[in-house]
Parts: sequence; structure tokens; C-alpha cells
Amino acid sequence: MATIRVQHDPIDVGAEFAALMSDAHGNTRTDIGGIGSFIGTVRGTAKGRPITEMALEHYPGMTERALSAIADQAAARWNLLATTLIHRVGPMAPGETIVLVLAASPHRADALEATAFLIDWLKTKAPFWKKETFTDGTHSWVDARETDEAAAARWGTEPGHPA
Amino acid sequence: MAEPRPLRLLYFSWLRERIGTGEEELTPPPGTDTVAALVAWLRTRGPGYEAAFGTTAPVRCAINQDFAQPEATIAPGDEVAFFPPVTGG
Repeated sequence: MATIRVQHDPIDVGAEFAALMSDAHGNTRTDIGGIGSFIGTVRGTAKGRPITEMALEHYPGMTERALSAIADQAAARWNLLATTLIHRVGPMAPGETIVLVLAASPHRADALEATAFLIDWLKTKAPFWKKETFTDGTHSWVDARETDEAAAARWGTEPGHPA
Repeated sequence: MAEPRPLRLLYFSWLRERIGTGEEELTPPPGTDTVAALVAWLRTRGPGYEAAFGTTAPVRCAINQDFAQPEATIAPGDEVAFFPPVTGG
């Protein structure tokens, strides 16, 4: 079971944690033993210059498909009880939360590895684009980084846990 | 023979800005049946397209919302999107 969402509104990390920990009847789940989390925030500088805003564009439709496929891939590789992938779009200020990844499992190893996998693949396979606005009012689209490709590649491409 | 259905073309990020629109419907000439052929034809449509597709900056493609390579086949009615390498997260 995966919660996949693209939203303009700020991400309420506490509310998402509570939702993940609740079953369909609103009771607290007790099968979960640990939740891995990654909270991405907007850095206030880019290439050494302060920014005033980060704007996120995405490809509606494909984004949700891509995020669902990434969550499915994680569920096939690790023992996960619940997954949350929430990404913000639109304008954001430095310090705001831009992405939230939660992966719940009976045990920590699966939760932590799955969390790293989810954010690595999200960064290279989900159609989002960042645009920074600097203090002088100029804009710049963020370039993709080879280090992100390398981070995603370490998980391989085929189903099955890497040895 | 039925009128060929147009392609639904989508452009994102700086490709959208350079082309001047995020979405359009176009019917390329017969035989334009791969992503690479479509890009070659689009580049002839004006300076905005040339600025988007004619530089060394990498451009990615998706056909019907799945990532596609330059040699991938396109068919009438497909949704074909062009965009730079993704930078979310």
C-alpha cells in the first residue's frame, strides 16, 4: 500500500507519519517495527549564490505513474508494510519541505534501504524540474547531476535485491 | 483513407520556454515515425524549436508517459513529451 501524491500545499510530515501508522479503521498499526524517512528541503544557495525561490514543474499524469512504479519496485525488493511518496510542486521558499519519503517495515534494514532506493530513483526517474530564482531576480533551471545518476544506478535496473 | 490523427506534443522546463508553448497538436509529414525523425522535423519549424532541440544540452523524451529512446517508434495520436533530464527530489 503506497500513498503517492503531488501537491502545491506544504507537506505536513507529522500528519503523514500519523496517516502511515493508522490502519483502515483509524487504529494504530502494530505490525510496523520501523519507518525510514527522507525529508528533502529547499537549500538557500545554488552555485554559491543565495536564492529567493525554488519552483517545481512536473508532468501531470506521468509523474504519478512514475512514482507508483518506483513504489512498486521498492515493494518488490524489500519487505514493506507501507510507503509514502509526496512531492511538492509550484513555488517554494528556502527551508521548506519539497519531498517526503516514508518506508515502513517490520525491521529497520528494509525500511532504511528502501528509503534510500526510493529517493535515489525518484531523483532520476520522476519527471520534475527545478527552477531557482536568485536575489537579483534572475532565473536558472537546475542541471541534472551525474552523482544522482550514479546513486540510482547502484540499485540496478532489474527486480531482485542486489547482492 | 482516414485523416491521420495528430500527435499531442508536450514540452517542459526550458524547452517549453524556448518553444513558447507547453502543448500543441501537430501532424508531422508521412514517414516521421521515430523520436529522432520527429525532432529533426520539429527543428525546421522555427527558431524557438531550433533553440530547444539544436543545442548540445541533453533532451529526454517520453511516449505516452513512458521514457523513450531516439529510435523509439511513434504512432499517430501518441502523446510525445520532450524535457531536460529530471531534477526532482
